[in-house]
Amino acid sequence: MKAGKRKKQGFFHKLYRYRTLLLMLLPSAALLFVFCYLPIGGLVMAFKRFNYRDGIFGSPWVGLENFKFFFASGKALSVTRNTALYNLTFILVNTALEILFAIILSEMAGKWLKKITQSVIFLPYFISWVIVGSIAYSLLSYESGTLNGVLRSLGMDPVNFYGEPGWWPFIIVAFSAWKGVGYGVVVYLASILGVDGALHEAAAIDGANIFQRIRYITLPGILPTVITMTLLALGKIFRGNLDLFYQLVGQNGALFDKTDVIDTYVFRMTIAATDVGQTVAIGFYQSVLCFITIIIANWIVKKKDENYSLF
Amino acid sequence: MSKEAVGKRHMPKDVLAFKAIGYPILFLFAVICLIPFLIVIGSSFTSENYIIRNGYTLFPKEISFESYKTIFDSPMAIIRAYGVTIFVTVVGTALSIFLNTMAGYVLQRKDFAWRNKLSFFYFFTTLFSGGLMPWYILCVNYLHLKDSIWSMILPGVVSVWNILLVKGFMAGIPFEMTESAKIDGAGDFAIFVKLIWPLSTPVIATICLFTALTYWNDWYNSMLFINNDRLYSLQYQLYKLINDAKALRQIAAESGMVIDILPIESTKMALTVVVTGPIVLVYPFVQRYFVKGLTLGAVKG
Repeated sequence: MKAGKRKKQGFFHKLYRYRTLLLMLLPSAALLFVFCYLPIGGLVMAFKRFNYRDGIFGSPWVGLENFKFFFASGKALSVTRNTALYNLTFILVNTALEILFAIILSEMAGKWLKKITQSVIFLPYFISWVIVGSIAYSLLSYESGTLNGVLRSLGMDPVNFYGEPGWWPFIIVAFSAWKGVGYGVVVYLASILGVDGALHEAAAIDGANIFQRIRYITLPGILPTVITMTLLALGKIFRGNLDLFYQLVGQNGALFDKTDVIDTYVFRMTIAATDVGQTVAIGFYQSVLCFITIIIANWIVKKKDENYSLF
Repeated sequence: MSKEAVGKRHMPKDVLAFKAIGYPILFLFAVICLIPFLIVIGSSFTSENYIIRNGYTLFPKEISFESYKTIFDSPMAIIRAYGVTIFVTVVGTALSIFLNTMAGYVLQRKDFAWRNKLSFFYFFTTLFSGGLMPWYILCVNYLHLKDSIWSMILPGVVSVWNILLVKGFMAGIPFEMTESAKIDGAGDFAIFVKLIWPLSTPVIATICLFTALTYWNDWYNSMLFINNDRLYSLQYQLYKLINDAKALRQIAAESGMVIDILPIESTKMALTVVVTGPIVLVYPFVQRYFVKGLTLGAVKG
């Protein structure tokens, strides 16, 4: 009888019973509702010609016009392609370097040498992107950049990096690796240390050399981590790293052709606030792309190993 | 000669080869990580004329403190920006840690029937968002966060990733502890503060450091919301000064002014040093906690 009674507990009964727990959730849930859920409601602006006088609800409907404009201009294709290609390159380059360095570090003998090396490559992760922008300028500036100083002293012509978009895919990938690899090395190093040490010992006794041990023990051992990290990164492939692109390129229009990603485009349009409806529409388009890719990525992770899936 | 003897006295050939290839590659990357910092520091101590003739260099030949003099002659902007950033970081981190750990705790309580539904309410925000513009309009037109210090604090307070990290950690604490405390008459909030918090110091320390670092390095919210230069955060102040210097230099060059009047180029680097300094100084002490934390959260990325 008691069990039956419990089952019938109504909504309000539970509300009362959980009052403390719910109150503990309230502040974070409220903030999340305001800063994340309300803007989702704001997506209706994508279908309107927004003006501040009439506000979100009063502005006239325009159907899909905002989307059409973005796609017809050709900008949609170019920024989407840039975003995806850059992210793919980051994943490839950074993951390869991270695994390589993590393996070398894990086999390093001296304790202090190991610590210092790891600390040094982890250092760039901690500084702000504004400072990275300043550092990039100190290296690449036409008049006073270190690289051009070296070129001049070798009797070669200096390169006007901030005026030639062709260099930027390399520069951006290089800075992404420079800032991000240290973080990944820490993750993979932890994963390598998790591989059973007895396997290495047994293999060494059986006469396997260090390259064979890496190939047949370390790499298969960290493969699940690599796959998970890569799939999760692939899930975010349409989300550009605004910090990186904006601090390195900023408002330098000469470079946009090669450096504009969805996020920088939306960011500039937001600051300029010239066409609200269209800006919302592009954001909507990106959110849908991101949603679809993360669902697919998670579905694949889940099929491979339930433990690593996000949801 | 037996194999063991070789292993003890000399390095085996394969290990030697691995080290001969591996170490230089790794050290090269480490040097690449370090050199830009050294160039910035070196340049900040170089005379402006030398930079203009030779560019930023690693080892300054004409040492000058002119750039630091320029900064410390009118230090108010930097000092104020430090004040803003310290306030934002301390208040934001404290709020964020308190709310996120509390949410993480409640969402893993096994006797809380709504935990899955509410967890999804949190998690969904990482899957789908309204994008920048609606968020911006909300903050400016409805919440009136423009030129408010809270615009740099509130948007970053709730971090669903941190909540998930905390939730995962606290789920590892035996539920019997909460249960027996309840039998002893303790309330849910008291259990959280007095029992669960002390047991969760590793995860709390980790999210504390990551949250503080995020607040400290933030330029984005200041750029979007702050026009009043008294409220510039440190990173945004640096961004402004570097870009204004660029503008200044362009104006000077176009109008045929003598550029050397202001040590612009070296001052930029000195500003970078002044802004980065504290991070690099505390780095050796906190680095290992970040490593620990990353290892803790590595599985769920």
